[in-house]
Amino acid sequence: MWESFGFEFVNFYFIPGLVLGCIYALGAIGITLTFGILRFANFAHGELMMMGAYLTWTIMAIATAILGIAVHPLLAAIPASIVVIYLFFWTDKFFYKPFRKADTIKVVMASFGMMLILRSAVQVIWGPNQLTFVPGIAKPNPSLLGWSSDIGAMLLIPNKHLFIFAGTIVFVVVLSYILNRTRIGKAMRAVSDSPDLAHVTGIDVDQVIRATWIVGGVCAIAAGVFLAMDIQMLETTMGFRMLLPMFAAAILGGIGKPYGAVVGGLVIGLSEELSAYPWIGDAPLLSPGYKTGVAFAIMVVMLIVRPQGLFKGRSF
Amino acid sequence: MSVLSLNNLYAGYGQTEVLHDMSIFVNPNEIVAIIGPNGAGKSTAMKSVLGLLTINSGNVELNGKDITNTPAAEVVRLGISYVPQTQNVFVNLSVQENLEMGAWTRPLGIRERLAEMFELFPDLGEKRNQAAGSLSGGQRQMVAMAKALMVDAKILLLDEPTAGLSPKYRGEIFTTIQKIKSTGVPILIVEQNAKQALGVADRGYVLVDGANRYTGKGKELLENREIARMFLGGGH
Amino acid sequence: MEAYLGYLLYFLSLATVGGIYAIFALGLNVQWGFAGLFNVGIVGFAAVGAYTYALLTTAESTFHYGGLGLPLPVGMFVAMVASAVIAGVIGLICIRLRSDYLAIATIGISEIIKLILKNETEVTNGPRGINKIPRAWEHFSEERFYSSWPMSWFNTPEGWAVFFDALPNWWWQPCFAATVLFCMYVIYRMLERARISPWGRMMTAIRENEPAARAAGKNVTARRVEAFVIGAAIMGFAGALFAQHLRLIEPTNTFDPAKVTFLVWVMLILGGSGNNRGAMLGAFLIWTIWSASELMIGGIIDLAGYVFQSFDTGVLATRAGFLRMMLIGILMQVVLQKYPAGILPEVRPASPQSNK
Repeated sequence: MWESFGFEFVNFYFIPGLVLGCIYALGAIGITLTFGILRFANFAHGELMMMGAYLTWTIMAIATAILGIAVHPLLAAIPASIVVIYLFFWTDKFFYKPFRKADTIKVVMASFGMMLILRSAVQVIWGPNQLTFVPGIAKPNPSLLGWSSDIGAMLLIPNKHLFIFAGTIVFVVVLSYILNRTRIGKAMRAVSDSPDLAHVTGIDVDQVIRATWIVGGVCAIAAGVFLAMDIQMLETTMGFRMLLPMFAAAILGGIGKPYGAVVGGLVIGLSEELSAYPWIGDAPLLSPGYKTGVAFAIMVVMLIVRPQGLFKGRSF
Repeated sequence: MSVLSLNNLYAGYGQTEVLHDMSIFVNPNEIVAIIGPNGAGKSTAMKSVLGLLTINSGNVELNGKDITNTPAAEVVRLGISYVPQTQNVFVNLSVQENLEMGAWTRPLGIRERLAEMFELFPDLGEKRNQAAGSLSGGQRQMVAMAKALMVDAKILLLDEPTAGLSPKYRGEIFTTIQKIKSTGVPILIVEQNAKQALGVADRGYVLVDGANRYTGKGKELLENREIARMFLGGGH
Repeated sequence: MEAYLGYLLYFLSLATVGGIYAIFALGLNVQWGFAGLFNVGIVGFAAVGAYTYALLTTAESTFHYGGLGLPLPVGMFVAMVASAVIAGVIGLICIRLRSDYLAIATIGISEIIKLILKNETEVTNGPRGINKIPRAWEHFSEERFYSSWPMSWFNTPEGWAVFFDALPNWWWQPCFAATVLFCMYVIYRMLERARISPWGRMMTAIRENEPAARAAGKNVTARRVEAFVIGAAIMGFAGALFAQHLRLIEPTNTFDPAKVTFLVWVMLILGGSGNNRGAMLGAFLIWTIWSASELMIGGIIDLAGYVFQSFDTGVLATRAGFLRMMLIGILMQVVLQKYPAGILPEVRPASPQSNK
């Protein structure tokens, strides 16, 4: 059973799908929080993710050049995330806040413009070509390989993927603690529920918005860095390519529902990878070129059948 | 000295002026009801206190201090608690979390006040961990009022607290309102159910076309034949 | 004389591409200016129009399915229809939802369209694209056109060959530019008609006060879908002209969202959304800035490379293009915040019942 089916399925389709799902999930958390609390679809989210990955790369390069040490991406992501959070604040202050009382579509438009500005900025600073994030071929974790071989189900999971799984779990646990146990987290849920009521309740909405950018921003950088760790390189289009699956994940989970976004992200990631599995015959069910299309198809079906998402999010 | 007074207000939404020379005051330990036909500006009067619309002239005073055009968050911090007519609870938050949000501007001593509220509203204590959205309309109204009382409210503003509720719950809400008054919080209430509102109110205002037409003790207004003909007849 | 000819040809190409962008902007104006629909998938509709036209009109090819070698107007017409059909499907799904969803769905469909163009190699020749797309006027000098009807009725192929050899090689440029501008003018007139018609006034009413329009018994969703489809058809038409202008189209670089969707948006916002003339003005203005700045930056870089011999001008040149994009993006943000009405603000159609 494992030899004929499981080995290939788990190692080459399921695990990569889960990895992709984790990345989508973290990205979609920010999208769904922004959509729920600030009430607009932030098209610049993917670009900020991409920028976080580039900044992390830069910090790693500087550390190597000056200190002569190789810094783990997740460590380098910490200073990078501070910069990106300020970028989130800054874009909000100058480009989104002026429209807060106007039609939401104006903010969506501004975020669309921001998407182009940020990507162009990255292309100007770092150039349009691909950069190597972490060189070399990722080998499967030896102890996991040994242990799983012993029980007869060989798992080929490189360390980078183990980091991504563990990191995602940590982020989701911390997020659920923040949202359910802290004052600001509860206020975030309250604003997402009804901004008008939050206003007349005396909740400091500006503070909640800042918290939203921080939480969404940290998750976005984590997603960006995880993606860069996974594909081991940086591209200026990586943020834009993530945008559609992340929106799909947020809509699938229900707008304003962070756990929904996590589930949505995992579902989208898994469906994208599993769509290429030869379910019928020997050929891939769907040509791998159409992976992105899977996310879009799921999103469209959701919009037709159940626009409020699986977890009854906000539907407009 | 009155707790809250609205003096000669001219106010409205942007270009459209809804209130024309309206004056209302609320004394300590008093329930004041505002009644009137639809579109008379009852809810507008309340929103003008919260700084949610433009006041063209006149002023709003809290304990003698001018708070005209103060933003809502600040008004709440000053001790004016407001319960909107609809969407007055956070449906995805639990009952207790709703009350905690109500205490946003005064985060200290939440535990004690939660205990007080669950004493005042015993039903809510049992359901403290349920999502507010899963409660019935009457219970939601209770959550909304408890949430508003989580700060040391100097005055409580209720916008049509019984709208859409069954007669049974209506009675319960009015009983609760009297209970709140007995804790020393004055209440300004806007109501469609004029009869019941004037029944519990110490004083009442009848608003027509954005100005007060009649003012008087609750009982007197109830007995006024013209008012009875205008609003109290019919279905209520 | 040669120098003047160069200027003339540059001006003609500005007019041609500016005119094509103006048609895109007019299409977007129907969707956004008239109906308030936020379409960020313009590039998708452009690609559908361009590929439909290309597949229908090119000569038969061994690299991909088609070309059918059909007459040009047929290609243009089918391009419009194809784009409209896709818009209709998207519109029916998303227009009843809030505007953000339409934005997400349009950006999604445009990416999917590009994905299909890239992957369906047998039909579209994949990433290598389609070549030798016939361009209006210039195509008359191609053998497959002058050797078949209706041209063959008037002259022999040899006769035509001699005739075209006698013309200067840029003869078609003024004709093509004039055709593009003429198409733009016709579309403009039609849209002006539509704007002041009862349909156009209803669109304004819906955009201003949707609940009131609904209460008055207007079928708001149907009107919006109509506007979306009409706008998309115009974009498909512009896409077909775009294909003619380029003659070689491929999915990735030709249909870069930044250079199509985004530029068209900036054009409309700067020119004045809701105003057809504003849309055209914005298109010509932005395209002139875009194209002139390319020349200028190129000149500056060449100069820098000449002065500082050690400069790697190649790197500078590619990055300058992105800097330009960034500046255009900032321009859009400034206009959006400070001058939301644009250069030519929307003019309300005078209502016949206004003096009641």
